[in-house]
Amino acid sequence: MPADGAIEGGLGASNKRREDVRFLKGTGNYTDDINMRGQAYVYFLRSEVAHGRLKSVDTTEASAMDGVVRIFTGADFEGVGGIPCGWQITDRFGEVMQEPAHPVLAQGKVRHVGDPIAAVVADTLEQARDAAEAIEVDIEELPAVINMKDALADSSNKVHDDLTSNLCYDWGFVEENRDAVDAAIKGAHHVTTLELVNNRLIANPMEPRVAVGDFNSGTGDHTLYTTSQNPHVIRLLMGAFVLGIPEHKLRVVSPDVGGGFGTKIFHYAEEAFCTFAAKACDRPVKWTSTRSEAFVSDAHGRDHVTKIELALDKDGNFLALRTDTHANMGAYLSTFAPSVPTWLHGTLMAGNYKTPLIYVNVKAVFTNTVPVDAYRGAGRPEATFQLERVVDKAAREMGMDPIALRRQNFITEFPYATPVAVEYDTGDYEATMAKLEDIADLAGFEARREDSANRGMLRGLGVNCYIEACGIAPSNLVGQLGARAGLYESATVRVNATGGLVVMTGSHSHGQGHETAFPQVIADMIGINPNMVEIVHGDTAKVPMGMGTYGSRSLAVGGSAMVKATEKIISKAKKIAAHLMEASDADIELANGEFSVAGTDKKVAWGDVTLAAYVPHNYPLEDIEPGLEETAFYDPANFTYPSGAYACEVEVDPDTGKVTIAAFAAADDFGNIVNPMIVDGQVHGGIGQGIGQALLEQASYNSDGQLVSGSYMDYAMPRADDVPFYTVDHSCQTPCTHNPLGVKGCGEAGAIGSPPAVVNAVVDALQRAGHDSITHIDMPLSPSRVWSAMNS
Amino acid sequence: MTKVEMTVNGKAVAADAEGRTLLSHFLREELKLTGTHVGCDTSQCGACVVHVNGEAVKSCTMFAQEAAGADVRTIEGMAESDGSLSVIQQAFQDHHGLQCGFCTPGMVMSTAALLSENAKPTETEVREYLEGNICRCTGYHNIVKAIMAASGQDVSDIAAE
Amino acid sequence: MYEFDIEKPSTVEAAVAALADGDNMALAGGQTLIPTLKQRLAAPEKLVSLSGIDSLKHIGMDSGPDGDFWRIGAGMTHAHVALETEDGNFTTLSRVAGNIGDPAVRNRGTIGGSLANNDPSADYPAVVLGLGGTVVTNRREIQSGDYFQGLFETALEEGEIITEVHLPVPEISNYQKFVQPASRFALVGVFVAKFADGVRVAVTGASEDGVFRWSEAETALSGDFSASAVEDLQMEDGHMIEDLHGTRAYRAHLVKVMTRRAIQAAV
Repeated sequence: MPADGAIEGGLGASNKRREDVRFLKGTGNYTDDINMRGQAYVYFLRSEVAHGRLKSVDTTEASAMDGVVRIFTGADFEGVGGIPCGWQITDRFGEVMQEPAHPVLAQGKVRHVGDPIAAVVADTLEQARDAAEAIEVDIEELPAVINMKDALADSSNKVHDDLTSNLCYDWGFVEENRDAVDAAIKGAHHVTTLELVNNRLIANPMEPRVAVGDFNSGTGDHTLYTTSQNPHVIRLLMGAFVLGIPEHKLRVVSPDVGGGFGTKIFHYAEEAFCTFAAKACDRPVKWTSTRSEAFVSDAHGRDHVTKIELALDKDGNFLALRTDTHANMGAYLSTFAPSVPTWLHGTLMAGNYKTPLIYVNVKAVFTNTVPVDAYRGAGRPEATFQLERVVDKAAREMGMDPIALRRQNFITEFPYATPVAVEYDTGDYEATMAKLEDIADLAGFEARREDSANRGMLRGLGVNCYIEACGIAPSNLVGQLGARAGLYESATVRVNATGGLVVMTGSHSHGQGHETAFPQVIADMIGINPNMVEIVHGDTAKVPMGMGTYGSRSLAVGGSAMVKATEKIISKAKKIAAHLMEASDADIELANGEFSVAGTDKKVAWGDVTLAAYVPHNYPLEDIEPGLEETAFYDPANFTYPSGAYACEVEVDPDTGKVTIAAFAAADDFGNIVNPMIVDGQVHGGIGQGIGQALLEQASYNSDGQLVSGSYMDYAMPRADDVPFYTVDHSCQTPCTHNPLGVKGCGEAGAIGSPPAVVNAVVDALQRAGHDSITHIDMPLSPSRVWSAMNS
Repeated sequence: MTKVEMTVNGKAVAADAEGRTLLSHFLREELKLTGTHVGCDTSQCGACVVHVNGEAVKSCTMFAQEAAGADVRTIEGMAESDGSLSVIQQAFQDHHGLQCGFCTPGMVMSTAALLSENAKPTETEVREYLEGNICRCTGYHNIVKAIMAASGQDVSDIAAE
Repeated sequence: MYEFDIEKPSTVEAAVAALADGDNMALAGGQTLIPTLKQRLAAPEKLVSLSGIDSLKHIGMDSGPDGDFWRIGAGMTHAHVALETEDGNFTTLSRVAGNIGDPAVRNRGTIGGSLANNDPSADYPAVVLGLGGTVVTNRREIQSGDYFQGLFETALEEGEIITEVHLPVPEISNYQKFVQPASRFALVGVFVAKFADGVRVAVTGASEDGVFRWSEAETALSGDFSASAVEDLQMEDGHMIEDLHGTRAYRAHLVKVMTRRAIQAAV
């Protein structure tokens, strides 16, 4: 039940999701459900080799085949812009990163398996594919650049001939701390060192990417329907940098989108192609990715190789932290790729701890692999994994309890300025740890361990903390850091004459439940039923310029924009109400959908005011305009800093090495909560993906640059029987101080906090069983890897 | 091209299909029943599950011509006759058993098949039955919970609510 | 997929006639063939569907000179085999069939299709070889020892269709599968069957040569049907598969573990 004065179904209510009805009845509208009259289909002929010189592409025979409309090659895109990168990193010597060209279709060279060489547009998809097989491609194969360290050691074999090496940048952070960190580590009582791999992943939203380009030759208007998390960003990048289409002639629509997890943020060649080809062919052009194609064309995630060193004094106080990371960029720079191992990673290396000195070095490397970019968490899982693994290892080396060592080093006073340039506004890490101990019943672990042992299983417990930076981001700050975009969010609140509201938001929902949660915020402000509020998103023709959904930013930034716009609405509505009640603006109060005059019994309903705004017969026209529609752009003052503590219990089968997740608990602090049911679901999903990373998933290339795990036959997706029920809690709430809702963001926490908990638990299980020499196993902890570790 | 006739969601339908036309393609492109989704090409994700003569099958791994004469049921035929959500669909909404909705049609169809074979499945039975249905959003927690609830079991003591 | 026609005969004879053209292929449940066609790795002119042949859809007990055996039509789906053998003298078969792939795959995939394909990680080859079963075709009866001839290779000739499988009923038996986490096929699967005249052990998933019998284990177990009998055996790992999911040594080790577990579960 809502608290006194609050509305039914407002802030804090677990409203059921209204979008579910169409999804459950099969009446959603995903991009592949869209078919245009006269539409043609494109098939991309993709490179089967990782690295090669493109000597010729002969389409003569193929072009004459049945149904072929036109075949495009790299030559058709000469003079057309390439796929741009949205973030420029400045290296530790003050130089900007090396930034290669990224043509829509390959020009001169192919640089990864899956690099598109030609695009066949035909009446049917099968005809397009038939013709693609008839294209004669002559490629001089070159040795593949796969291993990052080899790529840097040998500059004679370069992914991009026009760059000086395979190094994108060598970033140091905070560069001024470098010598002090070195000195602190050199003089420390104890230094724990760990070398680890953050395994390369493929986001795998269940809906493969789709693009449908359309061109109206009568008006000159372009429309692109695409599976994107941020249609305005696609419009800006594609319109301004690739195809030179002014934004008023280009509409980008992302309807229902079947999951994103980061990989649908980026602008892809296929989107530009379909938009371009629709005009060139004067027909709508549709591309639907197969899953096999997705594996070699969707941006991958993670893929860091790191050495981390943590220096401690004899009492276990953290003194300094130093990391050396190689980050794989793949063959080209995807939209936000350079920011992931740098600003989204280095700034999080303090974690929950008051380590005074930190230095992070990241070398980003080009290889003949699919581009790597943000995947759920983006840089923050990489930071959390290495930090929480090294802290765990340090505790074991020093004979200390891993939880006690963490507690001892917790940041306890806020705001807290870290040595890696960010300021945490609020948090209470002791509270989430204490909550975790309770919900995970850590006191009962020993009894459960004995029970497992009686069944011949090795049980282990892994605990860790995490912090993340969400609500990306203050535009002026990210501009200084190299972002080529602003990271505000927009909202237009349109009040209809009869009182209902339509909210146009730049945030995009692809599973997050915005259509349900956002109305709770607005309805709560006005005191009306949330069903009176409709959310519109995903169409640049309807929504003001917004930046989309990623980095757990929608509620913190997009929600704040809605609040600001609604505040303007309320302010104007109060003026109208004051006029109607012949009172002063300052005396008007709004509660439960009614305006009243303080200290009197005068009242006027929300609907009377909205009607007056559009039927302004009795209206202060000399002071205010008719109508009730307001837009706000909100640019955050800081990131938000969700945090939490996670616990995982595993059972390891000593005969097979198979790891089973016996229990998983998460205690999170997300600040204020709008819809607890949705928040739970976000955490569950993140944990599921984190367990996937820890135990199952691996995008694996062989030395020839072939993706060995190129389908679900070899890339292990978590299934229902790979995971348990999770225990999650978000009752610890330290509201964000700088956004109007006090919210922090919850979308990525599960994926950030869970991998180290799983690995810590497996190492714990094995060490308890006497395998003291096993201090780390690289993810995924497959049965084979665990068994090999136990038997080496 | 062959004219293929079948019954879909209780309605007799007929449309042309090549030999290679998959049932999923036939449903989506010829009959415009786009609720059935295609999420992979190796017969693993299960977004395309429909019922053919009462049995759950992956419609992306069956030719339309093989379903000639069959009684086919898709997600569009799962709601009650008045348009309201069925017990299974309602349980998925009540327990937040879906997020992006893309795997959902297959999940609902598989659930219906499971519950027709096993009216009160245990948690383990539910998880094992879903081997051929991949969800990337939910971590499966609320899907398993929704299925158990749909079978009439009390799920109030399942962790995390 | 390339273009092809589908023909759906109602008799084995008609199917054999339809397959006479060498570019035509038989279509059973299609659970392997269709993904292969999607990749354009096969280009049949015509697919001859076996799904309309009622004579391939039967299952029942029979007895011969060597004792009782299950006579299973090649067109029986995994789901139906599982259902029909759920009660009775051979529940191991029900459990094997009921754990192939996933429920939707089991409703389409057939025993004949699985055996004709002979995937090195499939379950049925271990069952048939582990029981010393017989593969019956439109032309002849093929003993399991002759039938399986390596990765995706069988004794089947052009135009030869599996019509039945005969599976002798063992005294006790068990199948243990350790799944590859992505495909959920067997990383290693071991079928153990004890007959009056000895023990047979068949292994799938592990070897580069496909399904095989572990003769050392059979000898050891024929004298002493207990888990300890295989404890000191070493599985030679030279012919084991090595890939992303497991080393040769790991697979060789798993063969032993799964054999032990099969014995323990059987007794």
